[in-house]
Amino acid sequence: MRFSRIAAIVLRQYYLVRGSPSRILPMFVWVAIDIVLWGFITKYLTVISGSGFHFVPTLLGAVLLWDFLTRVMQGITMAFFEDVWSRNFLNVFASPISVPEYLAGLVATSICTSSLGLAVMVTVATLAFGLSFFAYGAMLAPFLFVLFLSGIALGIMGTAIVLRLGPAAEWFVWPIPAVLSPFVGVFYPLSTLPNWMRIISRALPPSYVFEGMRSVIAGHAVPAHTLAIGFGLAVLAILLACWFFVQVYRYAVETGLIARYSAETVS
Amino acid sequence: MPAPATNVLSISNLCKSYGQMAAVDNISFRVEPNEIVGLLGPNGAGKTTTINMILGVLAPTSGAIAIEGVDISRQRSRALSNTNFAAVYAPLPGNLTVEQNLRVFGMIYAVANLAHRLEDLLRQFDLVRFRQTKCGVLSSGEQTRVCLAKAMLNRPQLLLLDEPTASLDPATAREIRTSIREFVASGTGGVLWTSHNMYEVQEVCDRVLFLSRGKILLEGNPNTLPNEYGKKSLEELFITVAREPLTLEPN
Repeated sequence: MRFSRIAAIVLRQYYLVRGSPSRILPMFVWVAIDIVLWGFITKYLTVISGSGFHFVPTLLGAVLLWDFLTRVMQGITMAFFEDVWSRNFLNVFASPISVPEYLAGLVATSICTSSLGLAVMVTVATLAFGLSFFAYGAMLAPFLFVLFLSGIALGIMGTAIVLRLGPAAEWFVWPIPAVLSPFVGVFYPLSTLPNWMRIISRALPPSYVFEGMRSVIAGHAVPAHTLAIGFGLAVLAILLACWFFVQVYRYAVETGLIARYSAETVS
Repeated sequence: MPAPATNVLSISNLCKSYGQMAAVDNISFRVEPNEIVGLLGPNGAGKTTTINMILGVLAPTSGAIAIEGVDISRQRSRALSNTNFAAVYAPLPGNLTVEQNLRVFGMIYAVANLAHRLEDLLRQFDLVRFRQTKCGVLSSGEQTRVCLAKAMLNRPQLLLLDEPTASLDPATAREIRTSIREFVASGTGGVLWTSHNMYEVQEVCDRVLFLSRGKILLEGNPNTLPNEYGKKSLEELFITVAREPLTLEPN
């Protein structure tokens, strides 16, 4: 892998973001609105329940962590969509850049954009609603890491779907986090779910993070093997997503899809 | 068997089929150093399909492509490091400036001393005044010049040009032709050039290949080939290839 090729993908995105308020604002505004909205909901729930339950770290923290995963995923898909929207596939894929270099560039772009989003979310949640990450203790880093890996896997999977089905398929990609969120128990314990949903939950790495998060807040330890399973599943998800992308890329090269990508290609 | 390294491009028994339809049907040819080869033929003859296969964005059904002896199916990245292209249907992103586009692609092609190379190309293609202009607002002729500058970034050994002067005025087109001839004469690279402008082909190409329905029908010097087939001009020969290929017979 050549560093300059990975850096080129990041630089391209930097140029686009730097000169475009419509790209800068979504990185900050939506996550800030989400935190403000859920911040007030948690405040209200704390008042009316009077139960002493820790709504702020449980609900607001969960929103923040889930938004982080979503931002990581969108960091990848947005950088990919820039090539879709500018019809740049032929120029990129007819160059010496390899698929791993291209994907690494998208991931590096996502690290930059999602870090900014996370910083904004943490600032708003801490200053406005008193969310303290110390509540999660040392588990915060592995929680974020598993969610980061999961976001990468979803992002790569999303790009592969759009590469295979065509530009209009981006509307399949945007709702992916919303579709997954009921299964991973962002706001409630997995024991709330019916059996068939729990079976799916066990295959999704973020489930282990949110279960772990609730354990920590309840004052229990997170079993190491639980987080290890989450981490292992996240790595497996990335490998599967990369494999899927490569298969779709090969199909696109076999059929000439890349060379005439702007056409609708659902078939 | 590996192709001889002396050829810039070696195509052997190349085929591309979509179901029962053969878009490219068992063609073989080469481009040698310091040579400009014209790939001619009517619309749908298989020219762009051939170029897409050479660029690695379309997999052949069978056959081999080697760029400077490097098999593109096995060592795609290495083969394409010394290749570049410009085509009217592949403009650079309109939401980046000329300089930004050239810098990004310069990094992708791992161009050494990129800042210096950018300045040279901006001057060579008369783009200095557009360096901070977004490509999307340039005229089609100016965009073509940006594409050509991008195609020259890595001083390619193999340059693929798909109708490179299609949207240029005659004066600019002549400058571009001169510039590409100089590029070929000054190094060891070769060019595969498609065009529907037969005057241009005669002026620029050392050799032409006539493609029709995926097959190479004729090959030769563009200045002598019409006479060899009893035609007054290359254009007349082109029309015969396009409409009545079976009537072609050498004198």
